[in-house]
Amino acid sequence: MATTLAKVDVVVVGLGWTGGIIAAECAKAGLKVIGLERGRKRGTEDFQQIHDEYRYAIRYELMQDVAKETITIRNNRKMPALPMRQMSSFLLGDGLGGSGTHWNGHTWRFYPYDFQIKTMTDEKYGPNKLSSDYLLQDWGVTYDELEPYFYKYDQTAGISGEDKNPFWGKRAQDFPTPPMKRTPILKKFEGATKSLGYSPFMLPSANLSEPYTNPDGEVINACQYCGFCERFGCEYGAKTSPEITVIPTATKTGNFETKFHANVVEVIKSGNKVSGVKYLDTESGEEFIQEAEVVVLASYVMNNAKLLMVSNIGEQYDPETGKGTLGKNYCYQILPGANGYFEEQMNTFMGAGALGMTIDDFNADNFDHSDLDFIHGGSISITQTGYRPIETNPIQQGTPTWGAEFKKNSIYNYTRSLSIGTQGASMPHKENYLSLDTKYKDVYGLPLLQMTYNFTDQDRALHKFITEKTVNIMKEMGAKTVEGKAPITDYDIVGYQTTHNTGGTIMGASPENSVVNPFLQHWDAENLFVIGAGNFPHNGGYNPTGTVAALAYRSAEGIIKYSKSGGSLV
Amino acid sequence: MTEKPKNYSRRDFLKTTGIATGALIGGGLIGGLVGLNVDKDDQHVSDTGNTNHEMGTNGGFQFFQNQREFNVISNATERIFPKDDIGPGAIELGVPYFIDRQLAGQYGSNTKEYMQGPFAVGAKTQGYQSRLTRASIFRQGIAVLDEEANKRFKKGFSSIEAEQMDEILTAFQNDEIPMTGVTSAFFFRLIRTATLEGAYADPMYGGNRNMDGWKMKEFPGHQMSYINVIDKEKFQKIEPQPLGGM
Repeated sequence: MATTLAKVDVVVVGLGWTGGIIAAECAKAGLKVIGLERGRKRGTEDFQQIHDEYRYAIRYELMQDVAKETITIRNNRKMPALPMRQMSSFLLGDGLGGSGTHWNGHTWRFYPYDFQIKTMTDEKYGPNKLSSDYLLQDWGVTYDELEPYFYKYDQTAGISGEDKNPFWGKRAQDFPTPPMKRTPILKKFEGATKSLGYSPFMLPSANLSEPYTNPDGEVINACQYCGFCERFGCEYGAKTSPEITVIPTATKTGNFETKFHANVVEVIKSGNKVSGVKYLDTESGEEFIQEAEVVVLASYVMNNAKLLMVSNIGEQYDPETGKGTLGKNYCYQILPGANGYFEEQMNTFMGAGALGMTIDDFNADNFDHSDLDFIHGGSISITQTGYRPIETNPIQQGTPTWGAEFKKNSIYNYTRSLSIGTQGASMPHKENYLSLDTKYKDVYGLPLLQMTYNFTDQDRALHKFITEKTVNIMKEMGAKTVEGKAPITDYDIVGYQTTHNTGGTIMGASPENSVVNPFLQHWDAENLFVIGAGNFPHNGGYNPTGTVAALAYRSAEGIIKYSKSGGSLV
Repeated sequence: MTEKPKNYSRRDFLKTTGIATGALIGGGLIGGLVGLNVDKDDQHVSDTGNTNHEMGTNGGFQFFQNQREFNVISNATERIFPKDDIGPGAIELGVPYFIDRQLAGQYGSNTKEYMQGPFAVGAKTQGYQSRLTRASIFRQGIAVLDEEANKRFKKGFSSIEAEQMDEILTAFQNDEIPMTGVTSAFFFRLIRTATLEGAYADPMYGGNRNMDGWKMKEFPGHQMSYINVIDKEKFQKIEPQPLGGM
């Protein structure tokens, strides 16, 4: 029998970036907020022994324990879905800060084109540029409407960058801190892309170029370029993360309480509202019902979708009929790129997660697609994140993968190879979606989330096009051998690709084609807000966090307004 | 010529980060690295069981049941990452001990992996679907390596020639050897991956002895900061540091 706890103004499920932003903004506005986090408390103090590639990068110390809960995966509806038994393709977060603790810090604003992709694509290329199998839709919010919220996140995080990309949406203010160091590796890319006629600029980074105090009074230190960023927490408090910014901001108001080891298993619906959430204390085994005026789901793409599904809130998407919106438009990203092998030794082991330079000449609709069989594109970057020795064993194609020749080559190339990578946009397809698995369960007895996903013809065409561009850049950089990434075939759950999963709880201007409205308020329950990259109707050519955070800030404003006046925000 | 940068002091570091003094916790010890004798000339270990000293084995076993199992895995990892003129191979780096420790712990028991049934083979794109833990796969795989050597060469795996070992390992890699509940290709990938992990993980895990894996690769290990050297054009040769050595 679950114990019912006293009602609060807002209960937030999950304490990563989105949950932290909502908690901070609502608590500052005087609302009483409880944050339920199924993982543990952790912070900078716990990251002093973080330079351990094996523990953190290989064995995923900071990430979700998939023994307890995972997803099932299949490439199409005809295949039986099987559990993802080990994490690999994407790395789900866990604990205070969520994946905002072990992110790299690339902080982008999606393009104006992204938010109105359906309208703008149809206007320029006609309504049949992609077949009707691709479920393109506008987001219900424009870049201009989001701009103040993008900046709010830039300020909270102290983003280091330079407003020198000729293509991106207008920035009302410059970056709060100057860009990171232009290292010799970055300069190779800068020189090559300039000589090819492109427009390189420093990647906007949440690894800060100088110490910074944000408007809430939180201090973020200066990045030391130690080379342990992605998959690690920052021992210096120099990579902006929820646990050093929005969480302490929420806590110091006195209006915010956190509960750890609190795994939410159900959102309780009653009529056209929700009354709270049911959670399990995974240490004591006790069940609680936390009642709240407003429920906010902020537990990543997968768990947000799953909680709505197991709680029977909204209509499950059915690819056969096209009906339903929950689980629809699951997207991922593709990663075209090139590897280059050089003669000179470079300081490849130094770096920071978001130390990089980028060109956007082939992102969004920045180039003409009239004669191309795909839309959108991707941001092409060189990043110097710090090669670590277990994960980085670069060998040219045709080299044996073990034995004497492997050893010699992988050691030689470790300090003599570079990669150019792309965050390639991903368009929604009617056959790519999330639903509940009917066979496999988590340790709490709930069904696992099921992912039905494969790459599309659009993905394959885009991948091939961009890969050729990156090969040319790498040649221009002076590599002796250049190898483009192999063409993509079927999506494979094995091998790390990207933790940029999107969709499933998408936003939009109409309940006919979306789960939440543009304030991320659920169409079927006015006091339920669902926040995260799950809101993206498609995935753009950038890392998602900056856009997720802007949407969260705008939603927080909506929640505060709703708390005063009630009703639909649209 | 590469220059050796001046050591970046903790005080300099604290100044540039603005981090509060005392927030950094040093500590830890380098355990078990010193005093292990390794015969630098002969890395090949026979299966007579009397030659542990060649591999610097004062370590004892946490997972392997006998010297024969240990020797099989030692020889397999050495073929994957052999001693050469660049530096030591898997055995001298302590990789077999690294694997032994890992198999005895969470890695071997798959404690962070979803191990609930029902189990099915699945498509390649669906990844690992075995009901076996890594510990079970290694135990079975080692036995099958020995059986295959006996079948082909009438000797145990650790008594055959290096080229013969390569032939068998290649057959595993190409999924030509029957195993139960797992494929030989998967077992091969496990050994290969574990070998690289043991060669390059921090020495506190029992491999990468003397940080020789890092020294070969010119990876400096645990360094507090590169802020003063990252914009230098020249390659920086930096003395490696282990986590436990701060």
